[in-house]
Amino acid sequence: MSGWKGDKMTTSPITIYIPRDAAALSVGAERVVKAMQDEAKKRGVDLKIIRNGSRGMLWLEPLVEVVTAKGRVAYGPVTQKDVVSLFDEKFFNGGAHALGHGLTEEIPFFKNQERLTFQRVGMIDPLSLDDYIAHGGFVGLKKALAMTGADIVQTVTDSGLRGRGGAGFPTGIKWKTVLNTHDEQKYIVCNADEGDSGTFADRMLMEGDPFTLIEGMIIAGVAVGATKGYVYLRSEYPNAHKIFGEAIQIAKKAGWLGKSVNGSGKAFDLEVRLGAGAYICGEETSLLESLEGKRAIVRAKPPLPAIKGLFGKPTIINNVMSLATVPWIMANGAKAYADYGMGRSRGTLPIQLAGNIKRGGLIEKAFGVTLKDVIETYGGGTASGRPFRAVQVGGPLGAYFPASLLDTPLDYEAFAAKKGMLGHGGIVVFDDRIDLARQARFAFEFCAKESCGKCTPCRIGAVRGQETMDQVIAGETAKLGLVKELCTLMTDASLCAMGGLTPIPVISALEHFPEDFKPAHKLAAE
Amino acid sequence: MASQIVNELKYLEGATLPILHALQENFGYVDRRAVPMIADALNMSKAEIYGAITFYHDFREAPAGKRVVKLCRAEACQSMGCEDLVHYLETKQGIKIDSTSPSGHLTVETVYCLGNCALGPAALIDGALVGRVDKELLDAVCAERPHERMEG
Ligand SMILES: NC(=O)c1ccc[n+]([C@@H]2O[C@H](COP(=O)([O-])OP(=O)(O)OC[C@H]3O[C@@H](n4cnc5c(N)ncnc54)[C@H](O)[C@@H]3O)[C@@H](O)[C@H]2O)c1
Ligand SMILES: Cc1cc2nc3c(=O)[nH]c(=O)nc-3n(C[C@H](O)[C@H](O)[C@H](O)COP(=O)(O)O)c2cc1C
Ligand code: SF4
Ligand code: FES
Ligand code: FES
Repeated sequence: MSGWKGDKMTTSPITIYIPRDAAALSVGAERVVKAMQDEAKKRGVDLKIIRNGSRGMLWLEPLVEVVTAKGRVAYGPVTQKDVVSLFDEKFFNGGAHALGHGLTEEIPFFKNQERLTFQRVGMIDPLSLDDYIAHGGFVGLKKALAMTGADIVQTVTDSGLRGRGGAGFPTGIKWKTVLNTHDEQKYIVCNADEGDSGTFADRMLMEGDPFTLIEGMIIAGVAVGATKGYVYLRSEYPNAHKIFGEAIQIAKKAGWLGKSVNGSGKAFDLEVRLGAGAYICGEETSLLESLEGKRAIVRAKPPLPAIKGLFGKPTIINNVMSLATVPWIMANGAKAYADYGMGRSRGTLPIQLAGNIKRGGLIEKAFGVTLKDVIETYGGGTASGRPFRAVQVGGPLGAYFPASLLDTPLDYEAFAAKKGMLGHGGIVVFDDRIDLARQARFAFEFCAKESCGKCTPCRIGAVRGQETMDQVIAGETAKLGLVKELCTLMTDASLCAMGGLTPIPVISALEHFPEDFKPAHKLAAE
Repeated sequence: MASQIVNELKYLEGATLPILHALQENFGYVDRRAVPMIADALNMSKAEIYGAITFYHDFREAPAGKRVVKLCRAEACQSMGCEDLVHYLETKQGIKIDSTSPSGHLTVETVYCLGNCALGPAALIDGALVGRVDKELLDAVCAERPHERMEG
């Protein structure tokens, strides 16, 4: 396209990116798209809008990027009201504007990351296979298709990749169990239940680079001889459901899924199933029950899902991040991945910085960065501007840490050593208005509401814990002994980690913030 | 209509949830009268199907209000004041969380995390994700007024 448009000569259309990521949509990305289209038409500017994933700088959403000769230039957060002035300042040529941030990839928050799993998220059109392939897509799968299953599994093992769902179990070893368990039918199940508060990496990847997850699942299937995959996606993610569903259709049409993956003669098919609003369905055996169409009551382990999983068949069940990291490892080699990280935590962690934080979003970093660095350097402190008081890492079953523990590096073992949990990498920041006694009560309440009900320590313990915390908050601090006893019982006797880990937030609150459990605190607060 | 949905989906592996989701999407809730039909189609007991409906928070056994607000009350949104919003709805708008307003106009429900934890408080309003929810926005929803942050 070229020619005279209005008063200026445009040789080619101007290309801008506006995310279709749910977080960007939640603050008006769709309205910005409409306003941009209208304004461009009015001014005769030939504008091509690509809907990308999010770059992960969520405080800048909606982030509008313009393609220039120097690279992509960022403006944000843009509202529909800013559109006229953006055109006035010729943002489409990269013009200066109050909302301008210069080159996207030079913004410190973004620049100082190691983006492997998220290499393409925000960069490409998530539903363009051409874009995907042009940016390194399917290189890993093609290599895998030329390898034996055992060699693929060995590569994953050598990379040091550990389960990103939270438990950190070595992915290669899990795959090996499935590889060595013989059966006609095996399954690959992707855990996309992402129930933890403070986490959204799975969602962002599925919306921003869905083919990566598809590729990772195919590689898993090829490795262990599984021909069918399921993605169990939480129903709270309608936008991810839509985008990922479209991606599967596109991949099928292009022959990447189906009877013969890219002509290899190996079959692999994929289906998405929606959850139905139960946190426990993220626990792998509960998830499998749910996929089988039952109430999601946790199964006792053993047998492990790797041996008897979906419909009793050997099953790889992995988190979205674990599976979506495999294509990078296959493409770049196990060593390249293992070169990142610290101790036994190899590679990178997609960190999700959330809660009361000035600059929240997704930060993919090699393991080893400290909490303090994440919260202060990347996050810029609290959103409210009030003093920081606590951070909860690892979701609702994770510990509350005070300022004195902020030098803890993000590393599975370092967190365990401080009686915390890295989990799925969610970091939730609180300012000084947090009341840790209430948070402890909430931990029990959440467990009581979300327990599958199979075992008494969890089902009854959580309800009693909530009631007892109510009494403590009302001033009966002597009841704290009972709270601790309940915690010991739940830790020791629960069947799964739901009941077993609920004491972590409770005990950490008590240990690090004892002042919040004293009656004087209540009086002072009123 | 309901039987058509059941018949179309019953061949899936583990068809219970897909069927329940499809019924709720079409009718707004899962009618108890559909239980025997589903049980029959899936070769499961009525107790198993009914058990599934009650186990999962998503499924309703009665229609919701005309508008549905699913307000996130998990930790990240707590840190941004979602409990103030719950209190505000109850005291200023007379709408109790996890219930439907007497007029049948509005249902407000608790959910735990919508994956928008850096832009909280978050809510799904009639299925659309909204970030940085505030009192003014809730006022508009309660008053059935349009609001610029809910379009598009
Ligand atoms: N992502 C989220 O939203 C979320 C929510 C709640 C909890 N979690 C996390 O879940 C964790 C607990 O999960 P869990 O109970 O599944 O942990 P787990 O330790 O029982 O299992 C971890 C994984 O390793 C597998 N495994 C263990 N031994 C194996 C072997 N020998 N061979 C093959 N596979 C083997 C298990 O099947 C499972 O997939 C917590 O630490 C928490 O961080 C995550
Ligand atoms: C209560 C509970 C909830 C869980 N929720 C999730 C979840 O939402 N997503 C996830 O990937 N793993 C979740 N897990 C962990 C899974 O049980 C399992 O360890 C994981 O899916 C294995 O995949 P990985 O090895 O790739 O991490 C949960 C565990 C428990 C106990
Ligand atoms: S600990 Fe709780 S969630 Fe886990 S099996 Fe027991 S009752 Fe179910
Ligand atoms: S079933 Fe009785 S304690 Fe688990
Ligand atoms: S905690 Fe509210 S959206 Fe995640």
